[in-house]
Amino acid sequence: MSKILLEIDGKEVKAKPGMTILDAAKSVGISIPTLCHHEALEPFGSCRLCTVEVDVRGWTSLVASCVYPVAENIVVRTRSAKVDRIRKMILELYLAHAPDSFELQDLAQEYGANRDRFEKEASFCIHCGLCVRYCAEVKQKNAVGFVDRGARKEICFIPEIAAKECWDCKECFPLCPTEALQAAYVLSQALFTPRPVS
Amino acid sequence: MNNDRIDKIIDKHHGEASSLIQVLLEIQSEHHWLPKDALKRVSEKLQVPLTQILHIATFYKAFSLVPKGRHEVHVCVGTACHVRGASRVLDSLRELTGIKPGETDLDLKFSLETVNCVGCCALGPVMEINGKTYGKVTPAETIDVLKNYE
Repeated sequence: MSKILLEIDGKEVKAKPGMTILDAAKSVGISIPTLCHHEALEPFGSCRLCTVEVDVRGWTSLVASCVYPVAENIVVRTRSAKVDRIRKMILELYLAHAPDSFELQDLAQEYGANRDRFEKEASFCIHCGLCVRYCAEVKQKNAVGFVDRGARKEICFIPEIAAKECWDCKECFPLCPTEALQAAYVLSQALFTPRPVS
Repeated sequence: MNNDRIDKIIDKHHGEASSLIQVLLEIQSEHHWLPKDALKRVSEKLQVPLTQILHIATFYKAFSLVPKGRHEVHVCVGTACHVRGASRVLDSLRELTGIKPGETDLDLKFSLETVNCVGCCALGPVMEINGKTYGKVTPAETIDVLKNYE
């Protein structure tokens, strides 16, 4: 199988075609922070925390490493002042939504993100889509999905499916990077609130 | 809306999952909204998960998951229409129909909605009923226009 040579943080890395920068970095022990990535799931590229700097033929661009395929002779920088600044900003925005998430707080400490920079709007969801994608791709039950768009986007369980499947599964709960309680709350809301008369 | 009618619409699109939005649009235009049972039927027939249908149905403003009136009244409140007095037109429509923008009256006759530009600013203030455009409307004229709709 042909190998692709690239450079990540000054290290020569051999990667297979079809790998992403994130995979290649992992194979040589360079860790890139992620929130929406999961080995069993298709890359989603929604959290942008895995943003890295990439030099392609002399042009520098910022890309999401979890969806960017490796290419010959590219130079990747996973930690630079610019990348750190972007990650700090992303974390600060997420912390406005989920201020008490342990995972976010640990990352915030590393990148010096200020938890109180933006006004709190505690929705506890950062739209990483882990629960939604896990339910669709691994369990193939499609009990939980996204509804609405933009600032009003949220996760929602389909009561009919959730009533049958979720109580014995709950495998999406521990995946949540903010609070497992978010999915639990929305699930119980779907199951126990009286439905409007149709 | 009965299942036969929904099946007919789906058959028209050869039951392909890629025609989901077209199917939903047709149900929406015939029935004025998307009832849950209709979405379940579409989900079964097209083999698309209900979560995905809900994602799409809540994403586009063209779809409604709550009952809508037979006549959709859109009032333009874009900049050009606004300076030409759209708010007074809107006020008179609110008084005539008894509903606020985003609402539907009890006998499902009218749904009132504000839109940001319908693309004919020279005709402002503009209102649209069921896609028919009325330009340079005055608050007094709205009574006569609404009379044409039953």
